[in-house]
Amino acid sequence: MSEHIVTSFDEELNGLSQKIAEMGGLAEQSVADSVAALVSRDVEKAQRVIASDQRIDKLQQELEESAILMIAKRQPMARDLREIMAAIHIANDLERVGDLAKNTAKRVIAIESNFGSQRLVAGVEHMAELSLTQLKEILDAFASRDLAAAHTVWQRDNEIDAMYTSLFRELLTYMMEDPRNITFCTHLLFCAKNIERIGDHATNIAENLHYLITGTTLTDARPKQDTSSLTSVEYREA
Amino acid sequence: MTDAALQVPVAPRVSPPTGNSKIEIPGTPKMEIKDLRFYYGDSLALKGISLPLADRKVTAFIGPSGCGKSTLLRVLNRMYDLYPRQRAEGQVMLDGENLLDPGQDLNLLRAKVGMVFQKPTPFPMTIFDNIAFGIQLYERVSRGELADRVEAALTKAALWGEVKDKLGANGLSLSGGQQQRLCIARTIAAKPEVVLLDEPCSALDPISTSKIEELIDELKAEYTIVIVTHNMQQAARVSDYTAFMYLGELIEFDVTDKIFTAPGDRRTQDYITGRFG
Repeated sequence: MSEHIVTSFDEELNGLSQKIAEMGGLAEQSVADSVAALVSRDVEKAQRVIASDQRIDKLQQELEESAILMIAKRQPMARDLREIMAAIHIANDLERVGDLAKNTAKRVIAIESNFGSQRLVAGVEHMAELSLTQLKEILDAFASRDLAAAHTVWQRDNEIDAMYTSLFRELLTYMMEDPRNITFCTHLLFCAKNIERIGDHATNIAENLHYLITGTTLTDARPKQDTSSLTSVEYREA
Repeated sequence: MTDAALQVPVAPRVSPPTGNSKIEIPGTPKMEIKDLRFYYGDSLALKGISLPLADRKVTAFIGPSGCGKSTLLRVLNRMYDLYPRQRAEGQVMLDGENLLDPGQDLNLLRAKVGMVFQKPTPFPMTIFDNIAFGIQLYERVSRGELADRVEAALTKAALWGEVKDKLGANGLSLSGGQQQRLCIARTIAAKPEVVLLDEPCSALDPISTSKIEELIDELKAEYTIVIVTHNMQQAARVSDYTAFMYLGELIEFDVTDKIFTAPGDRRTQDYITGRFG
């Protein structure tokens, strides 16, 4: 993209992208740390994740303020306008990702004394790996404005959804086997849901990136494979 | 647990849509420019422009200085006829008639296609006579009807309230914004079908500009409007269709909303975002 006649406009647009990159890095770190804290039952690490969320929130606020100022000052058009709108939306998604990581971290603290099967935690961990890959790839795609990479991420969200559905089923079964598992499993279920939603936010970012680059919206129904809302497990007496 | 509940439907792999192409204007266009070439002496200023102008809509011409947008506007009521060594080739259809035909009655044409210029051009006469002059040029009307027509034109141009107590004052005593609305009133008093606006707000303050823009919104219910403007935001605000011109060529013509959010051509994009070198 060639440069604006007014160079400070380019600097402001670059500033938005840099903030997104910074927020993205922090959000990735938070997600990775929250899951690591869950796997290793590391309460201190969980507390650090909770504390670090403030930084992401603050960056989002700063980005929004500079975006509003740019709209007022520059009255952006076409690609410039789409850059700014996409940045606002993407920052919003990343802020939510931070919140979800924070929520997972809080649950690590809650279930510290009541820990269940490590196998189930491994399931969540595996989901988190996929979500993190999605998040990382979409942030890379944003940095290089790579449309093909955005579409790849957009179409891959169903893997996470499918894993979530199968984990959901497994947790239900486990709870029925022994009611003492319920507290742990419920928290774990919410952790899994948090991670599934992080995948959704990566998909949102892919949609915004598509809009930024092409000026059209991705109107096709997004691949949806989270069928847990339709899932039940029958209770059988042992 | 039924297996059916866990059956995972396979999502179809869909390829994301790509950008839209050229547009068709709904209905019959009021004017249609066909392969128009325009010469200033030997130099070719318009290189084969084809463009429909939608009936009772606002069409904006945008582009850098010297791109030919004002030239194009001047062809639409044959303003260029006043100058030697300027000529147009091709067709400009107005309601199915080619107004470039040598047999075209120019007075009649300019009554049908009115024009308002960049700098307000009131005549050095009273406010009343500024409007009455335009009407009497084309029609014979009684004194009483003339007064009604003057009031109607000033009302339509959103100026009546400000001048009704001083119709005898000189038109030049009005402010710039009022003068421009007086010129618009003079134009519409002749009952045109098409109104051409050549940068009508470039000499006006923001409040006067808003009043003219509001006026354009109201006028388009009755008239087909063509506006040349250097103000991108203004084009985005007031027009329904936008034509981007560059070096005498029509680069892109589309619905205004599309041009300013997702233009199809790289040059359009560079121009409206301030990237032209």
